[in-house]
Amino acid sequence: MNIMMLLEMAASGCPERIAFVDPEMDASISYQELFDSAGNIASILRATDAARFAMLDVSNIGIPIGLFASSWAGIPYVPLNYRLTDPEIESLLDRVTPAYLVTEPERVAGFHDRKGVQVSSRTDFSALARESGEIPDAWSMDPEDTAVLLFTSGTTGAPKAAVLRQKHLVSYILGSVEFMGADEEEAALVCVPPYHIAGIAAVLSSVYSGRRVVQLANFSAEKWVRLARDEKITTAFVVPTMLARIVEELAGATNADMPHLQSLSYGGGKMPLSVIQRAMELFPGTDFTNAYGLTETSSTITVLGPDEHRLAAASEEEKVQHRLVSVGVPLPGIELEIRDDEGSVQPIGERGEIYVRGEQVSGEYEGRGSVVDSDGWFPTRDAGFVDGEGFLFIDGRADDVIVRGGENMSPGEIEDVLLEHPAVSDAAVVGIPSEEWGEAVVAALVISDAVTTEELQAWVKEHMRSSRVPERLEFWDELPYNETGKLLRRVVKERLA
Amino acid sequence: MAALAAGKRLKSAVCATEIMVIAAPDGDVELECGGAPMTDGEGNTGGSVDANNAEGTALGKRYVSEDGGLELLCVKPGDGSLSAGGEALKVKDAKKLPKTD
Repeated sequence: MNIMMLLEMAASGCPERIAFVDPEMDASISYQELFDSAGNIASILRATDAARFAMLDVSNIGIPIGLFASSWAGIPYVPLNYRLTDPEIESLLDRVTPAYLVTEPERVAGFHDRKGVQVSSRTDFSALARESGEIPDAWSMDPEDTAVLLFTSGTTGAPKAAVLRQKHLVSYILGSVEFMGADEEEAALVCVPPYHIAGIAAVLSSVYSGRRVVQLANFSAEKWVRLARDEKITTAFVVPTMLARIVEELAGATNADMPHLQSLSYGGGKMPLSVIQRAMELFPGTDFTNAYGLTETSSTITVLGPDEHRLAAASEEEKVQHRLVSVGVPLPGIELEIRDDEGSVQPIGERGEIYVRGEQVSGEYEGRGSVVDSDGWFPTRDAGFVDGEGFLFIDGRADDVIVRGGENMSPGEIEDVLLEHPAVSDAAVVGIPSEEWGEAVVAALVISDAVTTEELQAWVKEHMRSSRVPERLEFWDELPYNETGKLLRRVVKERLA
Repeated sequence: MAALAAGKRLKSAVCATEIMVIAAPDGDVELECGGAPMTDGEGNTGGSVDANNAEGTALGKRYVSEDGGLELLCVKPGDGSLSAGGEALKVKDAKKLPKTD
């Protein structure tokens, strides 16, 4: 197995079709050109002593070339987060040397003398890719070869490098995408950063389905709306913060006026109910899909599909409406279990840690080995529960549980109650060390109207057991999130402690 | 005759067909295309496709045995059709899933 095989099939199925477009650079590449470019770069990589291919750049045509060329050459592709500080980037780079690095022209000089790094600018790289070189020998079909090393976003501690082998990525694509399933006019707008698993998945899925990808390097809602209209985009993926900004950008409109947008999927963090409801009003003809997945699972593992979105939105029943904040049901190749701290499988409706199993699941980190158990189950560290119809709901991280006086409580439940108060626009609840209780419940809130601590405590007490009432509330201008919309609970905890 | 492992790529000896194994049962599988055993070597060596095994293969389609234990992906199409142990393999219906990325 090799992801190059997916590109080979696409290039033979629709060689002339445009694969990637970078409107800002006014560049595009067809499937055949992408295949040939990957071969040219693979030849160059094989002639160096590079053991890794590192990419430190925003979305551009070089990204898919680098991804496929690495697999052709048989070395892991390592996309780096360009938003990190220079010392952070250098320390990650040092972990993957000897490496062939491609980066923005402005950054090249900074890496010329770095040990174990051969650096090339984006401009030189794309020129090399277009030269007609010799087609290199075939790629390896060993399913165990590492295709991608992806540094996880690290909401806690130093970034870990997740190992995604050829078998994981190929299994994910074969299990979730129909070959050449896209019509000629279909176009995907990709605005997630290329160092995120959703960025890797977007490249592979689009290639296998024969869909044209329009790249948006630096997301802004204004640019997204303009590009979506100009390029007659038919499908797109966004993280919740992006959708919230798009909805804001369209404030005042009754309709987004994008009849061409057939599907809009989202994931990467918790989607606020108000945002998805407003988005469904603005895009009435669009199919919405919530995709939940992790780096370690090669992207999506559960899906809440368009029909479930429409049913939930149209329902009068609160239970069915609430399904809009579910992440749906597992993909056909994925098994899922909810387990408690002792490892026992939890009954329907009970919160616990989410475990998954399937061919796309890696669960392995470089230098640390695999966290998958002997039966193939991967502990996601996410907490959640499954309802009577099999829908999965995410409820924070498994280790977010607050233990107050021996009683376990989920911060998510308390946050949901606080968010229902009309004056509260955002909420984070954490446990901080307490001599009396072990942990005390405290909250950081963003409010949109005047409200007192006492009023909010009374509000929680009205809806929940009194042990859940935060003993302290702080009002902040905003809560800390990472760039994909995950609440940085650790930061909240530190500030409140 | 040989044991097949997931990920293995094989070629037809009598047409342009190439496949990748997605799933295979334990033990030996007598895999043929166009009536001739498939190889992991040079591929088409100039023989001809048997008339009873000439329905052709289609790029990107999956082919499965009756019991589902053997599943192949066509990565290059050709004139021959696929069989295992004398049983013709059938095209597997594509699952319709929502676009997620």
